[in-house]
Amino acid sequence: MRWLVELYRSTIGKKIIMAVTGLIGIAFVFLHMVGNLQVFIGQNKFDAYAALLHGPLAELLWVARAVLIAAVLLHVLMAWQLTRRARAARPVDYRMREAQVSTLASRTMRWGGVLLLVFIVFHILHFTVGAIDPAGVFHDTDALGRHDIYGDVVASFRIWWVSGFYLLAMAFLGLHLFHGAWSSLRTLGVARPSDHPLHRRIAAAVAIAVWLGFTLVPLGVIAGIVH
Amino acid sequence: MNLTLHVWRQPAAGAAGKFERYEARDVSPEMSFLEMLDVVNEGLIAAGQAPIAFDHDCREGICGMCGMMISGAAHGPMKMTTTCQLHMRSFKDGDELWLEPWRARAFTVVRDLVVDRSAFDRIIQAGGFVSVNTGSPQDANAIPIGKQEADEAMDAAACIGCGACVAACPNGSASLFTAAKISHLGLLPQGQPERYRRALRMVAQMDLEHFGGCTLFGECQEACPKGISIDFIARMNRDYLRAAATAREERAVGGTG
Ligand code: HEM
Ligand code: FES
Repeated sequence: MRWLVELYRSTIGKKIIMAVTGLIGIAFVFLHMVGNLQVFIGQNKFDAYAALLHGPLAELLWVARAVLIAAVLLHVLMAWQLTRRARAARPVDYRMREAQVSTLASRTMRWGGVLLLVFIVFHILHFTVGAIDPAGVFHDTDALGRHDIYGDVVASFRIWWVSGFYLLAMAFLGLHLFHGAWSSLRTLGVARPSDHPLHRRIAAAVAIAVWLGFTLVPLGVIAGIVH
Repeated sequence: MNLTLHVWRQPAAGAAGKFERYEARDVSPEMSFLEMLDVVNEGLIAAGQAPIAFDHDCREGICGMCGMMISGAAHGPMKMTTTCQLHMRSFKDGDELWLEPWRARAFTVVRDLVVDRSAFDRIIQAGGFVSVNTGSPQDANAIPIGKQEADEAMDAAACIGCGACVAACPNGSASLFTAAKISHLGLLPQGQPERYRRALRMVAQMDLEHFGGCTLFGECQEACPKGISIDFIARMNRDYLRAAATAREERAVGGTG
């Protein structure tokens, strides 16, 4: 166990925790995105999917939730600690320091991460718990008496600020993953050496797929394709 | 050509500093950056003022002594070039330049543009060596080393310890330096016995010196006058993770050194 404590205390260990929890996040976000795209099949399919998760798969869902909550907490805690450490490492700042090659994505990891955290909390209170219910339809049921999450999605995304915030958060998620999907493999030391270490085709594909997959849902509602 | 310089002037460590404005007149494009500063300093001395202090030694890009932030870029605008090897032809007549020392908690300003980089020395002392019995030299090539490994080790060994990686890093991280030093020994057969202990100790020392962590911004690689790749940081992380997971407590048996 001592080695775990040592690892936790080192900057590399903290970054490794971020990478592992971040990769858990990417795996989740991918599955979630694919699940969400079922709104395009229709209300019956989508509500049935939700009923499946909450019925037969309920135990599995709780395991997944526990892992995800632990991952987010660890990820954010490590981000906080490393950010404070980075600030302390340069007590007197430059008058002028020009970014040469760092991407916008890498430079927005911290503030974008804060936005993602706010979004995650909002999102859970909105679609999972129903404590925030902008459309006032959270407790509605569909024709088969199931929780009508489809109706909630459609009604919610018709509210401009709900879809606006969602679209903004997904843009930042795309940016976060454009850096994170690339950097996590280097943090873990599993990426192969390359002649162009800053190039990132796989991370770009991951970022675009996740961003697009999530973004299509509110766009589908706004365009009237999902109704 | 004529340039305007805004130079960080600080009389001593811990003293307050500020930017002073100087005019560099009749600068030849053939001058090196440090020669241009020499000329400015001649003028300051003639006027009875203290010359601008900056570090330098070889002036041929191999010793790692020189270095400063030139208008926001470590070692100035030219890629893979130390400040001493930067020439004034990289600038235009009328340019206004801001000269600042490397800024990091671990690099205290000694005076003006000179910083104390002994934190780097302590990282090396923590493990940047191979323990061998000295004696008469071995035959060259007695230990076969693959071309690939030899080349990679040489790429890492090109690090001259100038500190530009720390200076350019938004986090003030010494990851590129430490990674290069861990890797150039860790890639060679002679470095294997101490490979994982070296990674643990050098990383621990890097953290003790209050450098920041690595976000993989990539700025260090761009600033490095020797073009050292951030791939070495991935390699360091791999060695460190492996070392942390497999390290057994070392017990002193017989002679400890
Ligand atoms: C909850 C709010 C979040 C915050 C505050 C946050 C913050 C951060 C920060 C600051 C970094 C860069 C750390 C560094 O390089 O020093 C980072 C990296 C990363 N984040 Fe997040 N993030 C959040 C959510 C997420 C989510 C939801 C995912 C996944 C979908 C994710 C995936 C990643 C990955 C993969 C990395 C790269 C780790 C590495 O380079 O080793 N993050 N995060
Ligand atoms: S003075 Fe030696 S590298 Fe510049």
